[in-house]
Amino acid sequence: MSNVFIAFQANEESRPVVDAIVADNPEAQVVYSPGLVKIDAPGKLVIRRETIEEQTGRPYDLQQLQINLVTLSGNLDEDDDTFTLSWKH
Amino acid sequence: MDKRVERKSHSLGERYAAMTHDLQWETTYQSMDRVFPFDRYEGIKVRDWSKWEDPFRLTTDAYWKFQGEKEKKLYAVIEAFAQNSCQFGVSDARYVNAIKLILQAIAPIKYSLHRSLAHTGRHLRGDALRVAVQMQASDNLRHFQNETHAASVFNKYFNGLHSAPALFDAAWYLAPFKSFADDVASAGPFERIVAISFSFESLLTDTLFVPYMSGAAHNGDLSIVAAGFSGQSDAARHKMLGIETVKFLLTQDPANLALVQRWIDKWFWRSFRLMPIVAMMQDYMLSKRMMSWKESWQRFVEAPVEALFAELAQFGLRLPTGWAQACDSKEHLSHQAWNVFYGYGDAIAVHTWIPETDELNWLDQKYPDSFDRWYRPRLAHYAQRQAQGHRFFNRSLPMQCQVCQQPMFFTEKGNPRLIAYRQTEHEGETFHFCSDHCDTIFSNEPAKYQQARLSSHTLLHATDGGAKADLLKASLAASHLSNGRDQGDFSGSEDDTNFSDWGGGQDMKEAQL
Repeated sequence: MSNVFIAFQANEESRPVVDAIVADNPEAQVVYSPGLVKIDAPGKLVIRRETIEEQTGRPYDLQQLQINLVTLSGNLDEDDDTFTLSWKH
Repeated sequence: MDKRVERKSHSLGERYAAMTHDLQWETTYQSMDRVFPFDRYEGIKVRDWSKWEDPFRLTTDAYWKFQGEKEKKLYAVIEAFAQNSCQFGVSDARYVNAIKLILQAIAPIKYSLHRSLAHTGRHLRGDALRVAVQMQASDNLRHFQNETHAASVFNKYFNGLHSAPALFDAAWYLAPFKSFADDVASAGPFERIVAISFSFESLLTDTLFVPYMSGAAHNGDLSIVAAGFSGQSDAARHKMLGIETVKFLLTQDPANLALVQRWIDKWFWRSFRLMPIVAMMQDYMLSKRMMSWKESWQRFVEAPVEALFAELAQFGLRLPTGWAQACDSKEHLSHQAWNVFYGYGDAIAVHTWIPETDELNWLDQKYPDSFDRWYRPRLAHYAQRQAQGHRFFNRSLPMQCQVCQQPMFFTEKGNPRLIAYRQTEHEGETFHFCSDHCDTIFSNEPAKYQQARLSSHTLLHATDGGAKADLLKASLAASHLSNGRDQGDFSGSEDDTNFSDWGGGQDMKEAQL
């Protein structure tokens, strides 16, 4: 199964998102390079609003991800509660 | 986000459906075909426009809110960078030449693509795709502005940044970018989406805007990096738009497959032919090194594109025809491109140099199968000539490919000693190409390319066959470039001496100690 990935600007707004991804996706690999944090996962990666809210203790709108998003790879499905990247093949 | 998040009364899916679908009506006092005259002539068949959905489900109100937020963050960084004179904190003034290339080649192409997208957005019959394409048009205008503003900090202190629009129209080494943009502008709306959103953005732009930008951050340039990352957040959306549109077209009508595949073959290759500059920036212009072009290609192109096409195979699509050759060239592209730029070092608006010993060693380590064998000896030869006072300059006019307009410097797949030449007869004339793929693009649409404006031809024509040696060098004067300041070797240039006189690079050197 190929990897999906997502990358964010490495900053304080991205930190709880990355923490939430690591909590929800045990196979995710986080790689930091200057200014950037990239997360790879085999086949599927899910970002959950609730997990981010648990990290920060305040409401979060998943569309806010776009502000610090840099790039992604995989089929995207987004609703109010989850942001999912996946490959079927 | 500085605004508090409020819980909304409708779900994201409901808001998206309400604000992007059913906005369309059937016109009565003019026919639909007169209102939308361009979205059928290419031969694409769409049966049900309502099936197109943006996977980000972005609505116009959310779009402007998030874009506003991105701009505020970006301009705070650019201002802080300028207020702290961070232009002197970059690793080395050689690095600034990469900013010049971004301003000369990348920013203008974004401007041109914004115009093509605005036209495309107007002329699609489907409302949801129209909304998404219009957002992409605004994004590209924003990127042009952001890149220009981010570079303007440097324009106050360095040469070669003052005339990007004039250079884009005239300079021979930017012709591949200009020609790409013109080719997009003169295509139909569906071909444009396959060209820009799918082939260019989803397959190739990560190389410049992700690993290269991270490298630029490593070199202390947060101004360009902030613009680059901010722009690529929009491009993540453009990628999805491109992929969704390709899937949509392939499920609308079986006859669409052949057209879409031909466009992907064409536009992957045209986009790939913009990569020599990016490859060279990655391997030769980032003074503090991090990742090679080859690694960047493997991680950000090879792996994700193969994963994407494994997925798209269910729709009958295969990898673009030029794929194997493009992957093969990862060992060579940056070195061959730098060789062209060095050879024409007085006919381009950036400075060139021979990498220092530790940099050559780094290239050896990153390219164990190609650099030491093919490219290091040539650089050593140039360095030796330069030391003897005979700096090598290429005095010929480059022979340019009729389609991609790159000089013919690409080598055959599997044989880096043999330059690839192809030619085709058409209406009694011979046309020359850098590759089978450009040859095929020409043969599919000869009327589009047979009268292409090639810089070398134009220069020869203007001088009526007179002295050729310095034509290229002189041609840049028309774009307000001054030889000796904006062109030539970095060593001893004004950029070099000024940076040193002004104490540039000290922070970075101290940080390394």
